[in-house]
Amino acid sequence: MTSFKSLMQPHRLVLIALFAALVVWCAVSLRWDWIPTYAPLALEGLWTTIWILVVTSILGFALAVPLGLAQAVGPWYLSTPARIFCTVIRGTPLLLQIWLLYYGLGSLFPQFPWIRSSELWPYLRQAWPYAVLALTLSYAGYEGEVMRGAFSGVAKGQLEAAKAYGMPRLTMFRRIWLPQAVRNVLPTLGGETILQLKATPLVATITVLDIYAVSSRVRSDTFIVYEPLLLLALVYMAIAGVITLAFKRFEDRVPQRR
Amino acid sequence: MTGLLDLFGLAESAQLLSLSAPGWGGNLLRGLANSLQIALGAFGMGLIIGLFGAYGKLYGGPILRDLLAIYTTVIRAVPELVLILILYYVGTDLINKVASSFGYGRVEISGIVAGIWVLGIVQGAYATEVLRGAIKAVPPGQIEAARSYGMPPFMTMRRVTIPAMMSFATPGLANLWLIATKDTALLAIVGFAELTLETRQAASSTRAYFTFFLAAGALYLMVTLCSSVIFGWIERWARRGQPSLRERRQ
Repeated sequence: MTSFKSLMQPHRLVLIALFAALVVWCAVSLRWDWIPTYAPLALEGLWTTIWILVVTSILGFALAVPLGLAQAVGPWYLSTPARIFCTVIRGTPLLLQIWLLYYGLGSLFPQFPWIRSSELWPYLRQAWPYAVLALTLSYAGYEGEVMRGAFSGVAKGQLEAAKAYGMPRLTMFRRIWLPQAVRNVLPTLGGETILQLKATPLVATITVLDIYAVSSRVRSDTFIVYEPLLLLALVYMAIAGVITLAFKRFEDRVPQRR
Repeated sequence: MTGLLDLFGLAESAQLLSLSAPGWGGNLLRGLANSLQIALGAFGMGLIIGLFGAYGKLYGGPILRDLLAIYTTVIRAVPELVLILILYYVGTDLINKVASSFGYGRVEISGIVAGIWVLGIVQGAYATEVLRGAIKAVPPGQIEAARSYGMPPFMTMRRVTIPAMMSFATPGLANLWLIATKDTALLAIVGFAELTLETRQAASSTRAYFTFFLAAGALYLMVTLCSSVIFGWIERWARRGQPSLRERRQ
């Protein structure tokens, strides 16, 4: 965080004044009269963006732990599929993955009568399960690589000490291996979560109504081009800021030898 | 060959993907060529912006430094999709304003040029950070030695800084290149005929979604794997003369 004093240098004061002037100019001369009409829809979209981000990050991380473990210490019949999964996910664009799941699976499922009559069908007809699945797999693919490094980076002596105390393997994993691995990669995880936030607008292309989709609707309804986009960029920057702060708090709680 | 395809029930897919008229393979390859062209252009533009940006951030005055900090922070915090839309509209607006002030009518901007321009600015922000880190990793004594010999700054950059930083920069630049190839897919949303959009058009007109999306995925994956081999060569070339870590550890 930049301190107040460092903001008080003359050239920064000039920049801040210029920026404030720019904001005032934006507020006065650009069109904002559409906001009251679309505010409820925008809040709904914001909520969709946030819950998709949170749910896919948590599920993706849960999937990334076994992926990383398999790659770090697993036997070849586990590590090879995990490595292939990570390579494929990281090697193809997310937009293509989302479209493959939505249009591909979405066109395949209706052909099977037992899927149509199952209880899951009302969900499978909607777009968001495909969005959540695609984003989860993508997060897991990127995180699997990160966790591979994290798991193999934990000091061997710690695990040996746990073994020497006769700790069961699961307890050792839960109490020592996983926490240490996660601590070491917290900054990377924060960066990856921001990347995940930046991937969420892609779900708008499969008709999920997130905050990006709301801004597109404003643009197509009112023919106002820049204002919704500028506000949208501001919203994303705000969420990215919140993620950064949250991870900083996590990192501060980790005791460090300096 | 055809017998083998029949055996696996892939004859229909092979027909859909064939390069000649009824198949859509030609369209996919044309899309791939467009994607690669945009990615190469954007990566090159990103490198140029990144080099100047990194020098500006390291050696520039306080105002330049703050402006560059704003540039890299904002670009890296806003989704590429939103940036593409903003930059695309700003770019076309600016060009049309300039054209009309010179008395021309509306100008049609080619998709490839617009794509390179938009993605290049995004890449530039990331490249600035990568190159700044790499330049900082060069031992300052080497640059001081060049200066003390009276090398002009530009020659120092060309002969000392860039070769010495290459080994630090290549992993980050390889990542950037992969991001560039995958970001071209986002241009499908603005309507450029690159690989993803061609794939979607082929898929929706033939209803064979899996065939085409999997084929496009294989094409992207091929680009990724080839690039990682090439970047492996570049990294080995950049590291020549440096002792390898593995040898030192033994």
